Amino acid sequence: MIGIEWYLGVSAVLFIIGVIGVLTRGNAIIIFMCVELMLSAVNITLVAFSSFMGDVHGMILVFFVLCVAAAEACVGLAIIIAIFRNNITADINKINLLRW
Amino acid sequence: MFEEFFPIFVLIGISVFLAFVLMLISWLLGPSRPNAPKLRPYESGMDPIGDAKERYSISFYMVAMEFIVFDLEIVFIYPWAVRYQELGFGTFWAVMVFLTILTLGLFYTLKKESKNFSISKAKQV
Amino acid sequence: MEILNDLLNYLPAAIVAVGGLVVMMMDGYKAKSRLIYQTTMFFLAGALVIATYDLLYQEVGTLFSDMAASGSTAAFGTFIVVFGTFFTVILTHDYLIGVKHNYPQVYPLLMFCTVGMIVLATANDLVTVFIGLETMSISLYALAGIIRDKQLGVESALKYFILGAFSTGFFLYGIALLYGATGSTNLSEIGAYTDGSMIYWGGVSMLLVAFFFKISAVPFHMWTPDVYTGSPTTITAYMSTASKTAAIVALVLILERALPYAADQITSTMAIIAIMTMVLGNTVAMVQDNVKRMLAYSSIAHVGYLLVGLAAGTDLGFTAVLYYLLAYSLMNIGAFGVVAYYEKNHDVHFNNIESYAGLGYKQPLMGILLSVFLLSLAGIPPLAGFIGKYLVFAAAVEAGLINLVIIGVLASAASAYFYLRVMVYLYFKESKEPVKLMKPLRVYSFSLVVLAVLTLYFGILPAGITELIASYFSGNGLAIVP
Repeated sequence: MIGIEWYLGVSAVLFIIGVIGVLTRGNAIIIFMCVELMLSAVNITLVAFSSFMGDVHGMILVFFVLCVAAAEACVGLAIIIAIFRNNITADINKINLLRW
Repeated sequence: MFEEFFPIFVLIGISVFLAFVLMLISWLLGPSRPNAPKLRPYESGMDPIGDAKERYSISFYMVAMEFIVFDLEIVFIYPWAVRYQELGFGTFWAVMVFLTILTLGLFYTLKKESKNFSISKAKQV
Repeated sequence: MEILNDLLNYLPAAIVAVGGLVVMMMDGYKAKSRLIYQTTMFFLAGALVIATYDLLYQEVGTLFSDMAASGSTAAFGTFIVVFGTFFTVILTHDYLIGVKHNYPQVYPLLMFCTVGMIVLATANDLVTVFIGLETMSISLYALAGIIRDKQLGVESALKYFILGAFSTGFFLYGIALLYGATGSTNLSEIGAYTDGSMIYWGGVSMLLVAFFFKISAVPFHMWTPDVYTGSPTTITAYMSTASKTAAIVALVLILERALPYAADQITSTMAIIAIMTMVLGNTVAMVQDNVKRMLAYSSIAHVGYLLVGLAAGTDLGFTAVLYYLLAYSLMNIGAFGVVAYYEKNHDVHFNNIESYAGLGYKQPLMGILLSVFLLSLAGIPPLAGFIGKYLVFAAAVEAGLINLVIIGVLASAASAYFYLRVMVYLYFKESKEPVKLMKPLRVYSFSLVVLAVLTLYFGILPAGITELIASYFSGNGLAIVP
């Protein structure tokens, strides 16, 4: 039997990789993939807790997270396509009309 | 904890070792006489045309997005179908409402899609 | 049947959802834009009537096996959200025609967004909070970029999307950790937990960070000015009022029901965040020349005042916050509505404060309306904004947060500068080039007048509404009402 801390550790590491990816990468698509990685990392945590507590609520939440991630993926890709049609770039460092 | 998984680590080690050994053997023993036709990318015997990284029409991405959404909805229907006997008839209507919304969404995208395909052909990025 | 009873109590959301689907199909089958708009208004009017009824008569309870709450704060949040959407749709219809980008997709998106907000404001379980928040945010990403061939709008949508999705990750991690620590996602069951472990505190802080992101409190506010400037103006009004209302009502519910154990730590965090938000929002707003951007920073500052009420954490504080949300929604939708009116007479970039010179005399009604809304935002009596600020600060004094209140009052006094500056341009500057303003549509000016009258009404006679809100919380909130 593997202890729950291992699952939580993996999930935390994946989450942090996702966060660092969002903060450092320049390509909108890669940023987007990192966000998805963050959501998946959370799913691991949820499933681990759920299975160790013998409580099914966490797993149901995972279903919702999956669906929301899919919907987010659609809208996100649509926005990136719209950006690309306007600017012909997916590099967020070149998308800089709005600044204070 | 590590004792339990020891056989798996052994297996991983052996397979990695074997892969490298086989590559090394074929590199050492196999004859290597390259010439121009051999090094060319293979395209059914024809001369290769254009770049390998061709751009797809944006419409394919639209279809892919729809696929993601409609694909994932099954996640809700499966558990319901498996436990239908215990859940009772009330949940049947709940799922019907869910499916109705999905169907409406499908019709909407079909309507929009038929237009989208023609437009994106006309002015591709 | 129990489920029918639950649905009956959840009718505003159900009506808006069905309306959204109907409008969406109408758009799919290419109905006339005007017909789609009218159908939207029909459904929203129905939802508004029922939300008003619920506000006054709905019983407090939980629906759908403890997933959603009814009555009290839930009904109040639903009412503000539906009310705000109703006016947003009126303004948006005219605005989009004015800037010649009349996409009918905006109506179903607004409707779905509203459903998400209602679900969020009535949530009684972290799962429902998550679903509501995401339904709302995803629709808002699309709404921000609805004018899809304008670079500015799409760029703001991308920024909003990336940062919003980022904060969603934190929100979910917070839920997961809280679930792990307490073994439940139900708000009351989480509230019963009294054993602070590392996991619990990690969950609480992640949850708060995500909420600060969504309501744009200061260290997490960077997206706000850009998104608010780039989005279509009436959509900005919607984002800054309805979505913030829904998120803050949910936050009030979470703080009150789920996290009483962490109240002390949350108070000190909220106080620090509130100070930063008020100071930065107000100071940066002073140097803005773009009116829309100025209003964006001002909306950050207003979140600061709301956080003062949350920091107090008492029943008085929550009462003040709910009242403030109502007042803020009224005046902010109004202010953005007038800005949208000025903007649609020109191109989309007509927002510079210089170009407002002398506009107050061109269309006197619009000038007066903008002045009323700006004065209310500045917190000048006898308008609703003043009472809101008064209640919030009074609650904080009651809770012993004197330093916070002093900073808040100073920041609020400084804010008068940039609101009055717009009015100075409206009335006391000569316009350099001749500007021609079209007469606003009757329904447009009428809805703005309604908002202004309500702002005035709730400023002069706040007692009715504050009594109603105070009755939601167990404590006696009437003591400080003037």
